Amino acid sequence: MAETDYRNGPTRRAVLEGGVATGVLLATSIPAYAEPAGAVSAAASAAPAPTMPMTLRINAKDLSVELDPRTTLLDALRNHLGLTGSKKGCDHGQCGACTVLVDGRRINSCLTLAAMHEGDEITTVEGLAVGDRLHPVQAAFVARDGFQCGYCTPGQICSAVGMLGEARAGWPSHASADVAAASVALTDAEIRERMSGNICRCAAYPNIVAAIRDAAEGA
Amino acid sequence: MQSFTYERAASAEQAAAAVAAQPDAKFISGGTNLLDLMKLEIERPAHLVDISRLPLDRIEETAAGGLRVGAQVRNSDLAADPRVRSRYPMLTQALLAGASGQIRNKASTSGNLLQRTRCPYFYDRNMPCNKREQGSGCAALQGFNRTHAVLGASEACIAVHPSDMAVAMAGLDARIETISPGGETRTIPIGDLHRLPEATPHVETVLGHGEMIAAVTLPPPPPGRQVYRKVRDRASYAFALVSVAAIVEKSGDRIRSARIAMGGVAARPWRATEAERTLAGAVASDGAFTDAAEAALAGAVGHGGNDFKIPLAKRTMRHTLAAAVESA
Amino acid sequence: MTETKTSGNRSRETRIGVIGRPIDRIDGPLKVRGDATYAYETTLEGTAFGYILGAAVAKGRIAEIDTGEAERAPAVLLVMTHRNAPAQPDFGPAVTPTVPEVFTRARPALNSERVRYYDEPVALVVAETFEAARAAAGLIKVRYDEEPGLYDLPAHVADAYAPKRTNAGFETDSVIGDFESAFAAAPVKVDATYRTPFEHHNPMEPHATLAAWSGNELTIHTSAQTLANFRAGVASTLRIPPERVRIVSPFIGGGFGSKLIAHADTILAALAAQVLQRPVKIALTRQQMFANAGHRAEMIQQVRLSTDTDGRLTGIAHDVWSATSSFEEYCEQTAVFARSLYAAPNRVTRHRLIPLDINRGEWMRSPGEAPGMLAFECAMDELAERLGLDPIELRIRNEPVQDPERGVPFSTRNLVACMEEGARRFGWERRNPTPGRAREGRKLIGYGMAAAIRPNYIGAATARVAIDRDGRVTARLDMTDIGTGSYTILTQIAAESLGLPISSIKVELGDSRFPRTAGSGGSWGAASAGSALHNACNALKQRILEAAASSEASPLRGAGATDASFADGEVRLGQRSTSLADLIRRIAPDGFEAEGSVAAGAATQSYKAYSQHSYGAHFAEVAVDCDTGEIRMRRMLAVMGAGRILNAKTARSQIIGGMTWGIGAALMEQTVLDPRYGHFVNHDLAEYHVPTNGDVPEMEVVFLEEHDDKANPLGAKGLGELGVCGAGAAVANAIYNATGVRVREFPITLDKLLPALPVIAI
Repeated sequence: MAETDYRNGPTRRAVLEGGVATGVLLATSIPAYAEPAGAVSAAASAAPAPTMPMTLRINAKDLSVELDPRTTLLDALRNHLGLTGSKKGCDHGQCGACTVLVDGRRINSCLTLAAMHEGDEITTVEGLAVGDRLHPVQAAFVARDGFQCGYCTPGQICSAVGMLGEARAGWPSHASADVAAASVALTDAEIRERMSGNICRCAAYPNIVAAIRDAAEGA
Repeated sequence: MQSFTYERAASAEQAAAAVAAQPDAKFISGGTNLLDLMKLEIERPAHLVDISRLPLDRIEETAAGGLRVGAQVRNSDLAADPRVRSRYPMLTQALLAGASGQIRNKASTSGNLLQRTRCPYFYDRNMPCNKREQGSGCAALQGFNRTHAVLGASEACIAVHPSDMAVAMAGLDARIETISPGGETRTIPIGDLHRLPEATPHVETVLGHGEMIAAVTLPPPPPGRQVYRKVRDRASYAFALVSVAAIVEKSGDRIRSARIAMGGVAARPWRATEAERTLAGAVASDGAFTDAAEAALAGAVGHGGNDFKIPLAKRTMRHTLAAAVESA
Repeated sequence: MTETKTSGNRSRETRIGVIGRPIDRIDGPLKVRGDATYAYETTLEGTAFGYILGAAVAKGRIAEIDTGEAERAPAVLLVMTHRNAPAQPDFGPAVTPTVPEVFTRARPALNSERVRYYDEPVALVVAETFEAARAAAGLIKVRYDEEPGLYDLPAHVADAYAPKRTNAGFETDSVIGDFESAFAAAPVKVDATYRTPFEHHNPMEPHATLAAWSGNELTIHTSAQTLANFRAGVASTLRIPPERVRIVSPFIGGGFGSKLIAHADTILAALAAQVLQRPVKIALTRQQMFANAGHRAEMIQQVRLSTDTDGRLTGIAHDVWSATSSFEEYCEQTAVFARSLYAAPNRVTRHRLIPLDINRGEWMRSPGEAPGMLAFECAMDELAERLGLDPIELRIRNEPVQDPERGVPFSTRNLVACMEEGARRFGWERRNPTPGRAREGRKLIGYGMAAAIRPNYIGAATARVAIDRDGRVTARLDMTDIGTGSYTILTQIAAESLGLPISSIKVELGDSRFPRTAGSGGSWGAASAGSALHNACNALKQRILEAAASSEASPLRGAGATDASFADGEVRLGQRSTSLADLIRRIAPDGFEAEGSVAAGAATQSYKAYSQHSYGAHFAEVAVDCDTGEIRMRRMLAVMGAGRILNAKTARSQIIGGMTWGIGAALMEQTVLDPRYGHFVNHDLAEYHVPTNGDVPEMEVVFLEEHDDKANPLGAKGLGELGVCGAGAAVANAIYNATGVRVREFPITLDKLLPALPVIAI
């Protein structure tokens, strides 16, 4: 009953055991109570949060920024570098909307810190097209209607570009009957499995598979 | 996510020393689990030591005929390595059954071993969880525990270890090499790396603070066919309800030896030694597989929502053994 | 018959008959390049970042809240709680008397020390950066006086009450004949109770808002399906006239019904922006969306069917007990479709609610049909087996000649044709009627089917269309494109009506300054906004023709004819024709503008005189692992009779999306409400499973040729939800056919199948 950190539910549960909560008082008084109701408490000490300088190479450009060390690569792109093509769908690596390519490999940009990527070659969806010419995967997504709302689409496309490279390198997948086989036949089942880290709630999946099949065959 | 300071480690020794120097320091490698937990303030390190660029990213032959896998080898590189694919196919299968292509490209070998449970009460700071906050209770015990442990659990915690890779490695008798702040190294059998919860579920491994995994050594591949079978709620991108890694060596009609590990059933990859003993010397038959599965789950205890895991694990083991024998 | 196996060919921009063509999405290039700007991505100078802290208990009051440490944290600009939030109206009564008020009522946030549901906002932190705001939210200490709450639907069924109406204004109950007597006397019957779980929309784009004030004018960049309703809700919460609120929502990352009303991100961004006199941006986290952005409620459904020995239904009863919120009623119209689907002389449908201490349910894709048909169409399958009849034959024998409860004719109804065409294409005759008999190796194979029905709604809508001196057309309406293809089909409608190429048409959506429509929801968007635009184009043509006939500068002056046409960029009047652009330049250098409207369907004579629905038939093949019980889809087919198809490509996409929602509902989607704590336990995308690419098989979609001239001038009906309706039941029926195990508690996960799956010898 002596625990006072009410941010932590477990502690609260411990306090509340036995039924309805009783008004257990905090050990410390809370000065904030002195404020009149309705007052605007714009914080007095808006000291800046500590930042660190870093240079990120994104879409073949070196970009120097000062960022809070806590900034994920995704938030650096979206909130600081004006590259909002990469999407935040879950912020926990559970949806794939934030997928970017780092040194040609697809990763979830939400689950990595920007500071960890100094010196890497980062490619976002904005870096795939050449001028007005769409990347073949982008063009195939349009032609096959591989999206509806479009929010997961940049992640799907970056993921597909990375995935095609993995398949070309002969990497097996969970759908491969023989993981020791030297090469991969990119069947629909292979594409589905390899693209399962990108959730599409509109569920354009069959069209995404068709688009990637087209792009793979055209490549 | 509370504030932390960040540094890139220059060497393994320096990394270990840097973490050891601060009680709230942590290693960060792939970050795919640590950052996930930091965003929810389940992990609150004050200092991060980035070990992802240490030269621990090679897979090398050992003198004994096995492989030494650097701790920073990414899951996808380990799965795709031709030597792993041909000699340890079960390990490749397990890796490819886990997470997504993106996560495997980032997640490291050591991070995979040290990832924390996916128990939804562990993941919600408002809920009791002895693993997250010692002494606060276990909400899963009487709660939604469909995904929880049936073996080796305690009244304090019924969470499972979510790794697929570690299950295959357990079946392969992998050994974990670590380096400590003073530069000393030690080797830990994978079966000894993770601790069962008992009364202290917040202490998950035998590693000391600042002790860093440097490599995982795979002994030479044991004789016999390797199969990894994962059972999950959707076709992909889901944690195991139950998984079975099996290596069965046959001699004529009989099984000479078997190695079996299970995932999704305990706080660590679960080596089914009783089942292995049952099979050794037995005629390879449905009956022997069934007996082995019964032996493996003999001590299993359900908690309501996860009762089904006991028959599921038995059925999965039975047909996985059959598959290993069939293709042997 | 239009078959739409995906064609990747870019269709020629043929001017005549452009409606229906599978043209690529107009907004496609923007979306694949990452250039489409969603709510959180709008940037304004000086924008601050907000982060919401949610309640740690599900019911009670905030006893103490200590924000001191958060306020002192670096870069923090504001910590808002109920103690200092600007005044807002009270939430109001639990029961919502009328449909409009659901959308327009005030939804205050941080308005009270009361906690009504788990993770309800208790504080907002605004800081210079997202990182600083999130961290400071973690420094707020709150102590709650927790109160016991109700979180367990089955335990409280005895306390159910009958609401005054269901969602969408339907009667709560319907009773025709004497069901109980008919059921008691029937030689063949089914009495089955099904359970459907809490589900969450989970659009990929989390709910997000950027709010900015300019004087007393508020601009909200957000992710909203219906701007007018959204605006009304924001205005009433802030107690300002709606005219002072502008909602901007050009791209929406999915909604599925969860973006029809304003949520805490919008209200709190607006309040904080007002306090700070700076633009403020807030997104709900994925985890916060589970408590704060709607759900489909858990339900218990009892379906009773009785027939004579020939399989003709003598009675239909569909009773629904659903969870609702203790502070705001929402009654999904789960049994309403059963009033129209099959013939039977004796019928009962009833909806009952059990209030729990959770947030309100919201309209989730195919409200009513999605859970209702999941149960009912399984019951039909059970009945067919009991009768020894093929499930399609059973449905054909009970095909009504007119709407069985309203007693009016159908506008169109091609259910039987859909089933028969589907059976032919799917190879239905290969289905073994005895369950559990078809095996391939260690897989049990099953076929299932179900009917689909979804009402046709039309919402009031207005569109404005303008043509300039270069023959360029701009159409404006506050319609939205939530992935449905609104930009594309509206472009096609204008192009066809005005006889201009697609490239001459610009459709601007998603701004509340444009003429009001019903937005996107209930599958009414295309037909409503499309009809309004169609009428606006007609009005524009009329204006052009009137001027062309009378203007001295017009080459068509005095043509005297009445047979006018607009095609190939030309206007033809009788024997004379001229370029449309040239004509406009000559007669109206400033161009023309016109508006067109449609009235809400419910108000029209046609709606009263006809029963208006879309129909379809779903077919599914599944494989069940005989050892583990894992269920995997093999293929699906949908045959749809849904009026005129406006774009065969985007229409097919809508249906396959719906079919996938059927897979989700049948196999995996479920949010678990912890009966002890009142929180949704599995509140993220790792533990709340939606189908992945690997879960979705080959899908075929066929649209039957249909033009519903009773529905609207276009002859089109909604598609966004039809694909869901019955799809899950087809999957469930296939699982039964594969295994002989009938699971009546959704989703059908392997643990429910396993106990009844026999161990098959190796």
